[in-house]
Amino acid sequence: MKTLDQIFVLTQHWLTGLAPAALQPLVSMLLIIAALMAVFGTCFALTTILERKTLGRMQNRYGPNRVGPFGLLQPAADGIKMLTKEDIVPEAADKALHFLAPLALTAPVWLAFAVLPFGRNMSAIELDAGILFFFAIGSASELAVFMAGWSSQNKYSLLGAMRAIAQMISYEVPLVLASVPVLMAAGSLSLPEIVRAQSGYALGWIPRWNVLTPWGAAGFGVFLVAAAAESNRCPFDLPEGESELIAGFLTEYSGFKYALFFLGEYLGLFAVTGLGVTLFLGGWHAPASWLEWLPSWGWFGAKFSALIFLFIWMRATLPRLRLDQLLNFAWKFLVPLALIDLVAAAAWLKSGGWQFAWALETRWLLCATLLAPAYVCLGRHWRGGTPKPRRYHYAQ
Amino acid sequence: MRNEIAFYLVAAFTVAFAIAAMTLRDLVHCALCAAGAFAGLAMLYLQLDAEFVGFAQLLVYVGAIAVLILFAVLLTRGDEVRPGRAAPARSWWMGAGAAALVLAAIAAPILLSPSLEGGAPGAASAPVRRIGEELMTRYVLPLELVGVLLTGALLGAVVIAMREEPRTEDKAGGIPPRFTPTPGNPANPR
Repeated sequence: MKTLDQIFVLTQHWLTGLAPAALQPLVSMLLIIAALMAVFGTCFALTTILERKTLGRMQNRYGPNRVGPFGLLQPAADGIKMLTKEDIVPEAADKALHFLAPLALTAPVWLAFAVLPFGRNMSAIELDAGILFFFAIGSASELAVFMAGWSSQNKYSLLGAMRAIAQMISYEVPLVLASVPVLMAAGSLSLPEIVRAQSGYALGWIPRWNVLTPWGAAGFGVFLVAAAAESNRCPFDLPEGESELIAGFLTEYSGFKYALFFLGEYLGLFAVTGLGVTLFLGGWHAPASWLEWLPSWGWFGAKFSALIFLFIWMRATLPRLRLDQLLNFAWKFLVPLALIDLVAAAAWLKSGGWQFAWALETRWLLCATLLAPAYVCLGRHWRGGTPKPRRYHYAQ
Repeated sequence: MRNEIAFYLVAAFTVAFAIAAMTLRDLVHCALCAAGAFAGLAMLYLQLDAEFVGFAQLLVYVGAIAVLILFAVLLTRGDEVRPGRAAPARSWWMGAGAAALVLAAIAAPILLSPSLEGGAPGAASAPVRRIGEELMTRYVLPLELVGVLLTGALLGAVVIAMREEPRTEDKAGGIPPRFTPTPGNPANPR
């Protein structure tokens, strides 16, 4: 079982050993990069077909079912279609930026996978400040979106890009704030260290995952919402709202460049989902001690797939928000809730040494009294009740 | 040797982007090139094993300040991009003087500092934990002051950006009611 758990690591070591000694560091790196690109490239293809199938099922239709058995070869057909489509660049476009934007969006996203621990001993690089690296890399995508919107010289593109940037900047704040309590609990910025801090079982059977603490549950909720918004997923897919902005900053892109944007978006979703699994769901740890014989990467994959399915489910279920509701939700609900969650986490960690009977229950009650009223008040009252119709200052 | 090559590559990258940011005609291109130069600086920090500073540079400068510059450019620009080379402004010597002063102000303490005397320092990597501990103990007062300053700036920005609701007596003359064309002025002017 040890071998199965470490099979990818062992294979990588074995393949590296075949290379001449001088080239070994290079070969080792290239192997990891190739593996990551292969796995998440395949993941992208599978997710597109799975998403269309699931959406179809939830909307009472078939979804793609023509290419291959059960329509399983649809991603290949899509890929060929994208590659053979004409690449149209608008006459007035800023050609260089128009060309660079999809690359600038997709390339940094790949880097984010470098720090995620996919299993025991399975992270490409173990950085001391891994999570900081993750967020720093993610911040480059705003510039790429701006480049795409501005270089198209099209007002819908620019509007879409502006919306996208406003949304990304706003939701980055709760995303980072929701991860801070996890860093406090683990006492480290390194992602493998955070996973290690979530090992073991409370009371002998409850896994010590962060999501199973009161602050972790609240933080996970904030994180999920912010992650969906950060990767432009429904119900936060305003930047490319097809019905109002004719796909926003993507309007003037066609063919393979469009596919690259698509790829970048899905990879961003994968990366932030992987981070969520690592921070809140115990990373590659098994949910019970009698299940630990299953390989660690399998557990990571299972949690990862479950979260991806949740995102697809959300897309099928929820309607799109309006932009002002979206920004209000980030700044007036998620950010204060994340800040209060920080206090609750501090209280939880500070009371970790309590020894008397019912200590755990008291700690739960303490955190719940901090979080529950805040949730209710923020949601019901401080946001001003149900959202009113928007007053337009210039368009009335 | 390997380190030196990497340094020269990164330095060339940074300087090229900085020069482009100053000489290009289109302001948006300039701003994007400035973001590239920021990223180059982050790489330099990373090369010096200053992991935290490097990532913070990326997060703050590329992620936030570059976007801020871009928004400022878009909100203020007239379409004044003319072809041809820029004539240097008449006050260029003031800019050069300011740049020289800043360079001197930064270079003087570095050149005078005693840490240069012992030759090249060893691995001076500052782990994030150490930075955090120092910030929370020795430098806690400056940290708090910066926090207060930033909060003040944030509140100021909110106050400036806040739109005053029209008072009830203003309402009639303020925003015109919807879909009521004034007489003599057809609903569709075209």
